[in-house]
Amino acid sequence: MSEVIVVTSGKGGVGKTTTCANVGTGLAKLGKKVLLIDTDIGLRNLDVVMGLENRIVYNLVDVAEGKCRAKQAMIKDKRHPGLCLLPSAQTRDKSAVKPEQMVKLIDQLKNQFDYIILDCPAGIEQGFKNAIAGANRALVVTTPEVSAIRDADRIIGLLEANCFEKIDLVINRLRYDMIKRGDMMSSADVVDILSIPLIGIVPDDESVVISTNQGEPVVGNFTMAGEAYRNICHRVLGEEVPFIEFEKGFSFWTKVTGIFRRN
Amino acid sequence: MKLHRFFQKKTSGNIAKDRLKILLISDRVNCSPEMMNMIKNDIAGVISRYMKIDEESMEVQITKKNSKGARKSPFLYVNIPILDLSGAPHK
Repeated sequence: MSEVIVVTSGKGGVGKTTTCANVGTGLAKLGKKVLLIDTDIGLRNLDVVMGLENRIVYNLVDVAEGKCRAKQAMIKDKRHPGLCLLPSAQTRDKSAVKPEQMVKLIDQLKNQFDYIILDCPAGIEQGFKNAIAGANRALVVTTPEVSAIRDADRIIGLLEANCFEKIDLVINRLRYDMIKRGDMMSSADVVDILSIPLIGIVPDDESVVISTNQGEPVVGNFTMAGEAYRNICHRVLGEEVPFIEFEKGFSFWTKVTGIFRRN
Repeated sequence: MKLHRFFQKKTSGNIAKDRLKILLISDRVNCSPEMMNMIKNDIAGVISRYMKIDEESMEVQITKKNSKGARKSPFLYVNIPILDLSGAPHK
């Protein structure tokens, strides 16, 4: 049975698209069949973060309107077998697709994939409603800032009202030096406020910017963010993985074992 | 800088946490801080008819958490320190 996961946050710019790209790629690296759907119509970004922007022919709106088959619009990522992207339209707006069309499309594709991951736009309007319509599980992304946490709380309330079975929290862009000084809320503080299960902590890491520049997700690379995303993927699969403390960067032992490990 | 921190009791992280906790209560139930204050004063008024309470350190919160930290339907949490049980005026 495939899982349909929506990645959402309420506030913009907290790392929904990056999380989507990395969790999707990470799960594909673990041998799962994954479909990423960009539901941010009018402001598509997942394609460029994934490095697949040059291969788009058809998009989500074309599929929803019946202009092409879903298979024609899906882009296969050649670097990772089992990973597909269904890009969004750039020249239309959120009202181009209705929630019922999303449900129909996801039902149609469900049996072909182990995981369908939806990249949700910012906000709680039409785009959000489209993205959550077909999903049964959610990853809520937030940063340790008051604005992002407030929006995340609102989103969690909306997801609960829509009877989501599983809602997990990803805390992005944590800076350990600031937490130590007491100038940033720790992951424990954020979990205490939002009271939903924590599935991942991603430290603020330059490697995310570098990998996005190159169009290759950071997951599985030997960087702090790469390791953090790899752990999130294992937890999505239901495995128990301890949370790494990135306080002092990598320990000597992790560095040694990291050299010998792939993915 | 260090001296400055010594005198400053709260770190900005803690300020953020405290602000959020109060803010989210009113967000979650659509209830303004003023209304919470009115509820608090009314409860304090009723209880102090029967026993002597510490109104200053009384807490009133609407939360969605139960004791295990899981979210559920909202409930009103009131914490009233009692100063004197015996010496309470009976009506």
